[in-house]
Amino acid sequence: MTTMQTSPVVKGDGPQLNKRHRSFRPNTKHVPILATLGLLVAMYVSGLANYPRFDNPMVVVNLFRDNAVLLVVAVGMTFVILTGGIDLSVGAVISLTTVLTATLLKADWPPLVVLPAVLVLGALIGAGQGAVIHYFKVEPFIATLAGLFLARGLALFINEDSIPIRNDMWRELSDFRIPLADGVSTKPIAIVALLTLLIAAVVLAWTRFGRNVYAIGGNADSALLMGLPVGRTKIAVYTLSGFCAALGGVLFSINSTSGWAGQGNGIELDAIAACVIGGVLLTGGSGFVWGTLLGVLVTGLIRTLINFQGDLNVAWSQIIVGVLLFSFIVMQRLVTRKAR
Amino acid sequence: MSIVKKRLFWPSLILVVMLGINVFTSNQFLTIQDGHLFGTLIDILRGSAPLVLVSVGMTLVIATGGIDLSVGAVMAISGAVACLLIQDLGNQNSVASVLLIIGIAIAVALVLGLWNGTLVAVVGIQPIIATLILMVAGRGLAQLVTDGQIINVQSGPYSTLASGFFLSLPVAFLIAVAAVVLTILLTRRTALGLLLESVGGSPTASRLAGISARRITVMVYVVAGGFAGLAGLIYSADIKSADSISAGNLIELDAILAVVIGGTALIGGRFSIIGTVLGAVIIQTLRITVVALDIPDKANLLFKAVVVVALCLSQSPEFRAKVFGRFKRRPAVEKVAA
Amino acid sequence: MGEQSPVLEMTGIRKVFPGVVALDGVDFRMFPGEVHALMGENGAGKSTLIKTLTGVYEIDGGEITLGGKPVRISGPLQAQQAGISTVYQEVNLCTNLSIAENIFIGREPRRFGKIQWGRMRRRAAELLARLDLDLDVSAPLSTYSLAIQQMVAIARAIDVDARVLILDEPTSSLDTAEVEQLFRVMRRLKESGVAILFVSHFLDQIYEISDRLTILRNGQLISEHRVEELSQVQLVEKMIGKELAALEDVEDKAQSNRERAAGAKPLLEAEGLGRTGAIAPYNLTIHEGEVVGLAGLLGSGRTELARLLFGADKADQGEVRVDGKKVSLRDPQAAMKHRIAFSSENRRTEGIIGDLSVRENIILALQASRGWARPIPRKKQDEIVDKYIKALQIRPADPERPVRNLSGGNQQKVLLARWLITEPRLLIIDEPTRGIDVGAKAEIQKLVAELSTGGMAVLFVSAELEEVLRLSHKIAVLRDRRLVEELENSADVDADRIMQTIASGASS
Repeated sequence: MTTMQTSPVVKGDGPQLNKRHRSFRPNTKHVPILATLGLLVAMYVSGLANYPRFDNPMVVVNLFRDNAVLLVVAVGMTFVILTGGIDLSVGAVISLTTVLTATLLKADWPPLVVLPAVLVLGALIGAGQGAVIHYFKVEPFIATLAGLFLARGLALFINEDSIPIRNDMWRELSDFRIPLADGVSTKPIAIVALLTLLIAAVVLAWTRFGRNVYAIGGNADSALLMGLPVGRTKIAVYTLSGFCAALGGVLFSINSTSGWAGQGNGIELDAIAACVIGGVLLTGGSGFVWGTLLGVLVTGLIRTLINFQGDLNVAWSQIIVGVLLFSFIVMQRLVTRKAR
Repeated sequence: MSIVKKRLFWPSLILVVMLGINVFTSNQFLTIQDGHLFGTLIDILRGSAPLVLVSVGMTLVIATGGIDLSVGAVMAISGAVACLLIQDLGNQNSVASVLLIIGIAIAVALVLGLWNGTLVAVVGIQPIIATLILMVAGRGLAQLVTDGQIINVQSGPYSTLASGFFLSLPVAFLIAVAAVVLTILLTRRTALGLLLESVGGSPTASRLAGISARRITVMVYVVAGGFAGLAGLIYSADIKSADSISAGNLIELDAILAVVIGGTALIGGRFSIIGTVLGAVIIQTLRITVVALDIPDKANLLFKAVVVVALCLSQSPEFRAKVFGRFKRRPAVEKVAA
Repeated sequence: MGEQSPVLEMTGIRKVFPGVVALDGVDFRMFPGEVHALMGENGAGKSTLIKTLTGVYEIDGGEITLGGKPVRISGPLQAQQAGISTVYQEVNLCTNLSIAENIFIGREPRRFGKIQWGRMRRRAAELLARLDLDLDVSAPLSTYSLAIQQMVAIARAIDVDARVLILDEPTSSLDTAEVEQLFRVMRRLKESGVAILFVSHFLDQIYEISDRLTILRNGQLISEHRVEELSQVQLVEKMIGKELAALEDVEDKAQSNRERAAGAKPLLEAEGLGRTGAIAPYNLTIHEGEVVGLAGLLGSGRTELARLLFGADKADQGEVRVDGKKVSLRDPQAAMKHRIAFSSENRRTEGIIGDLSVRENIILALQASRGWARPIPRKKQDEIVDKYIKALQIRPADPERPVRNLSGGNQQKVLLARWLITEPRLLIIDEPTRGIDVGAKAEIQKLVAELSTGGMAVLFVSAELEEVLRLSHKIAVLRDRRLVEELENSADVDADRIMQTIASGASS
């Protein structure tokens, strides 16, 4: 509950004059998140009801494992979207990271050099995009599109083929299992993803940087006039998103013990969809990373359900995500319209 | 107008330079063979047709302050619909049937555009999100249409869309030219252009000036859908099959890029169709130049990225001021004062 | 208080924009504990001077000293740190954040880098209590009215221990009670030694609260006075640099009109027209050639009443008759078919299209009513536009210039031209003179009088009672979203009489 601003502190009877100005509007901030949560529970319950082996705890655990990369990327995306921007380059940064990691490890670079190097590279790509957006007033959509071309272009240039990773550390990390309970275990990547989420939640709710992110998304001009470091914050969120994407790429490379330039194609869309389903407003200024988590889980659970069903065309998962996007967007629209 | 012209100077120069490179590197830049024009230039014109179509539709949408992310998915769907129907024909070479099917496929695309337009203008959803829905779900729909298979067709009349020639010019090119001319006439010979720019500039003020912003907004999405559908047909006629995955993949990004290169701002308002066409042709020329220069295919994207970055920066007034400002201080002052 | 040394002294300030000298060697000073009004028409250099103080612009010449020490103000943050805080006309806060955050963002109380939410909320509540406000500080700012948002902005400004507080037109969207409340706060701040720079278009307010005033014109300093040394008439003369004959001229015209409109036939009749939550059902009849003024405080329903008559908002009850026939005004287009025109109070967001040229802005409504398929030939456009640029003296007289580069008064004239070329029978104008300079104001008032002489009915909405009294044949008074009284304007109707109605709610 770290992100919630709790109940009012000031109460009591003020002068009549001031009372008059309150318009009674319910706090609509949490409605989309609650709806997503409700949907998630409903989907899970229907899974339980229809499929015999759905009650296996591994279903839930694997949900986190299979969507770890998406979660990490979506968390970074949440920061960017909260400022009212968008980052299309995350999928390409993932592909560049995996290719670079695999190539460097193949050239016998020490893994403890490779790891920070690729993470820093991702952050730098993000920072570069942020700088172009802020200093040269290029639209985020276009700037990160150029970043997408650049990062994926670099990845393809380095190697078009899939490169296997034979490094011991990567292999051990890939094979490592963290036991959670009897017969239930998960991979380290899921834990990394959850840690990322936790840190992001704390940063957004409890630090100046986090609040500046919301302020800029609410009204960037005001934020500037209030003396907030708008430029620095904007560059920082893209840096963060680039870092998260690179981290996602590292997780990918661990999971598949390979690097490939085609990796992460289209994940930017999944991340944006997860944010929207989780109630993050694409115009900025409103939303929580917890919502993003729920959005990621919903899209993941759809795929799980389709797998369990077995005889469905996988195209259905896209269509269902589309339908969900539609209903959540319309719902958000209705909620905000009613409130007005 | 002069502002648009000024903004188009650099893109034009880049295009001329790239075409110049092609004149020297390609052994056939422009020749006549079997009564048709052939060569690199014709390849560029023919190959840019789908992107030009999609980008022109995108320009209108962007002029109203919107964006259409679903164009690639619409391309996939229209190609899928057309190929599915043609496959079932007794005689795939029947011109009348193929024309009818083309009509049906475009009608489907128009309906999809109507869906987008309704979400944006009637339900009131942000365009980027509204069209994201169809972008995500559309490819799934196309796959359902083709049942996940790639449908191959052997239809002469259908292939003509992409590879045919008329009056010694490629049919695809002629279709694109017709669409561009029609759009320019429609926007500049009527008041549609003004009303579009007005709606893009301020929807509220436009409504209060008595403009039916809603109707105009729906209309541009329908047009964009129709053009995307047409582009999808050309694409699938070119490869003689319906490929739900790669048809129009990432074309929305190329189209938006073309619009921006052409000097239309993403926030809406003033737009330039000619600028967009220029942008689309640049992107296609780039693709072909990279091949002509014997740059390995894998560097294509990297090369494109460099050009995109250069173009974006060259169009940013802030960038120009920061980089060239020191050297050109006096002319800058004169320019504004004039 | 004696002659202390000034807390802020600006000497020889110069600011040049490409092609324009915005400030030309302006001197300006402020003493601690005074309210100092900065006066001038639009384009006089007020905004520019303020922006050089707040760090939005950097000066090209001159010197600024603060507390005796020379300073260079390079950005908003730096200005704040130097003790200069600003509250702008359009409240610059983030409405998606809570009140407490809006007050403290950027300087939240922290421990180990972590924001202390509890402490922040407590301090916010204390701070607001000093301004006599009791609000839920954790509620999003968007749930409060503009007036409250303004107070929150002031709370934010004074919390940074401001030595100089700049209030840029803070009262333009407040009602009388709220203005009083603001003045109380200002007086309290004054006592604590803060120097307040006050900008307002309301002369009465200037005279009520200010100690000293500085007048600018065309980027130059005209003079500085103690308020009691200068009468209102002298002040206006210094501001506009010409005699007030223009305004009196209007008065005469309107007087003669009053008699003329008496026998006219009804053009529009509203019966039980209303919209839930916006305006209670009302009856109103507007005759041909009649000017009907809407008086009432901000938020009394003036704008809401007018918007229903244009279909800008849809009425949910009642009916409207034009020429005795029942009509449906479901949207602006429907209203325009009955030749009703409406110019919104929000010039920038609901009026002009900033990117488009003056010409395009002017023909927009006419073109919209013709539909997109029947464009107005370019030659005809140029004729119409030239005619109205001349008639309304739109400056600069360049039809192809983007309208956003024009001053507020000229933008207002462009909007009037937009509607006049549609030849409306009823022209609804909401606050056409707000935020524009005195000269343009007089021209617009004169125009309204002339139009009604020509037979056009005008529904005139204004916050300024004098203006309503001067122009109207009939005055409708609103209070709490209800039309409470309709008065024929005559010699014995004056501002006090209307104020009484506004205050008490009904005629006796």
